[in-house]
Amino acid sequence: MSIWDYANPKKFMDTTTPAIPWIFGGAALCLVLGLVWGFFLTPEADKFGSSVKIIYVHVPSAMMAINAWVMMLVTSLVWLIRRHHVSALAAKAAAPVGLTMTLIALWTGAVWGQPMWGTWWAWDPRLTSFLILGLFYLGYIALWEAIADPDQAADLTSVLCLVGSVFAILSRYAVNFWNQGLHQGATLSLDAEENISDVYWLPLLVCIVGFILLFLALVLMRTGTEIRVRRLRALERQAQRAVA
Amino acid sequence: MSLRVEGLSIARGGVPVLEGLSFAVEPGQALILRGPNGAGKTTLLRVLAGLAPPLSGRIDATPESAAYASHADGIKATLSVTENLRFWADLYGRSFGAEVLDDFDLRALRDRPAGTLSAGQSRRLGLARLGVIGRPVLLLDEPTVSLDAASVARFAAWLRERHLGQGGLAVIATHVPLGLDAPELDLGRFRASPRSTQGSDAAFL
Amino acid sequence: MTALLHRDLRLSIRAGGGFGLSLAFFLIVVVLVPFAVGPESEILARIGPGILWVAALLATLLSLDRQFALDHEDGALPLIATSPLPLEAVALAKAVAHWLTTGLPLTLAAAPLGVLLNLEGTAYGWLVLTLALGTPALSVIGTFGAALTVGLRRGGLLLSLLVLPLYVPTLIFGAEAARRGAEGMDATTPLLMLAGITAGSLALLPFAAGAVLRINLR
Repeated sequence: MSIWDYANPKKFMDTTTPAIPWIFGGAALCLVLGLVWGFFLTPEADKFGSSVKIIYVHVPSAMMAINAWVMMLVTSLVWLIRRHHVSALAAKAAAPVGLTMTLIALWTGAVWGQPMWGTWWAWDPRLTSFLILGLFYLGYIALWEAIADPDQAADLTSVLCLVGSVFAILSRYAVNFWNQGLHQGATLSLDAEENISDVYWLPLLVCIVGFILLFLALVLMRTGTEIRVRRLRALERQAQRAVA
Repeated sequence: MSLRVEGLSIARGGVPVLEGLSFAVEPGQALILRGPNGAGKTTLLRVLAGLAPPLSGRIDATPESAAYASHADGIKATLSVTENLRFWADLYGRSFGAEVLDDFDLRALRDRPAGTLSAGQSRRLGLARLGVIGRPVLLLDEPTVSLDAASVARFAAWLRERHLGQGGLAVIATHVPLGLDAPELDLGRFRASPRSTQGSDAAFL
Repeated sequence: MTALLHRDLRLSIRAGGGFGLSLAFFLIVVVLVPFAVGPESEILARIGPGILWVAALLATLLSLDRQFALDHEDGALPLIATSPLPLEAVALAKAVAHWLTTGLPLTLAAAPLGVLLNLEGTAYGWLVLTLALGTPALSVIGTFGAALTVGLRRGGLLLSLLVLPLYVPTLIFGAEAARRGAEGMDATTPLLMLAGITAGSLALLPFAAGAVLRINLR
């Protein structure tokens, strides 16, 4: 049995529907554990104070904002190459979740930036890149909404996703070049000397796992909804043809 | 150059409309498509023209040999009649011969901006495009809409003598008798079953 | 391809073709800016290259939605699609026609309009150079957006939403090169990046545009 068997809508639904509550449960468990651990059981950092604790939301949401786009890129490619409807619908389902993650990352960044840099917003490369990513999500979602025929919409949004990915990466470099900013570098790379200490790292890891599970559950649930909508439409049209 | 279609199934908006369609048109022959509105005449012509892919089946003719003519003629209002035709000739890599103007009774209108033509005159200009681009396979969707009786006869004569007579062939969806000695194909017989397992909806049923 | 290019150029300069509209828009935006930011010539000279770049970008956007929409409405698009010309070449021809009727005039008009913004001596050359290098990319990217939204109701609004994020890198490198050049700094890197984006877009985006046209024609 190959992985492509799950591309059959019915098989996909049968497999994922019972799993969704468990994934939600796992996400809730990880998020409660990670956030309580991170918020109340870690020491305050010397130079950041208690505001540092927003990383437990900021970092995972920022990661998922990018990962969601990567997932959309992969599922779009699968749709264009193998024409599995579930793949296209999964990309459609992931976009609003990715946009929400982007907004959470931007908002927590602003809340964190206010005490740290003394401003809600700075045209810092990372913040700016996320703002642009948010615009890409908006355009992608708007294109899905604008087209009535689902197959045509899937094709066009997939091409947009491909082209958009190239330009998103270009924008990232352009923005970096345009303004070397205030934001600290990535603090999670495994080999970095100045990695944040384990005290903060472990609860953060739990939070990241929680966000991944939450994203997975939301996307599976939304994909399921999209599949049901398509099935309903297909049944209605079949009934119409039977009458005609 | 002949047109052969075997076991063709086509869909409109993801829904199968025709299934198991087979026919052949030989050089010099025309085929008249019959069927009520919604039978799939336009969709079939678009598939034959290569604009839309078939669900399954084979079409034995290169799309490069076909010319498609729909209800809309793609006429630019600010270009003159000659300029419109010359554009199509250039685009298809053909030389523009003035005899087409006579075939479609456009000589008197040749320098008029196409925007000032009446509906029937525009239609004649749209059909004259077929004479200009010189493709052996014509796929015509209701070519006689808004033409008067004389123009219909003139177009039928052109079709018979200048196109079919020169070894061309045509598939025509029309409700108006063109006076051609051509077999008719009733698409109603090939209507796709509501239980069809093809089309983009099928995966969800 | 030249046949299509000729026709589109001819259509755009005939009555109602819209040639000159984006140029007029460009002029008006540049005239409005001093009203908004004040008449101090130092400020205007500093933000001038950026203003001209943004104004040129918006003026380019203005005429994009007509690119395929007109041919779609009168039914010419499927007839062009069944011609020997591949849709990729159709997209490229449309982009070139768009650049010749908007990008090129905007580039040429930027220098005289720079006078209104008190640009300094060297800034003019840099502005024209960066616009000449960057506006082709704007036209090709815009053509892709227009191909994506052809046939959609209210496609114009959606087109802006789709195309503007794609314009970000071109705008950044173009305006940055113009600014650095005007201030006497080294502008090689942004200039090369700008040229790279234009070359890459010209080489690859017609294929994407052709693909989406084919999907939209189905």
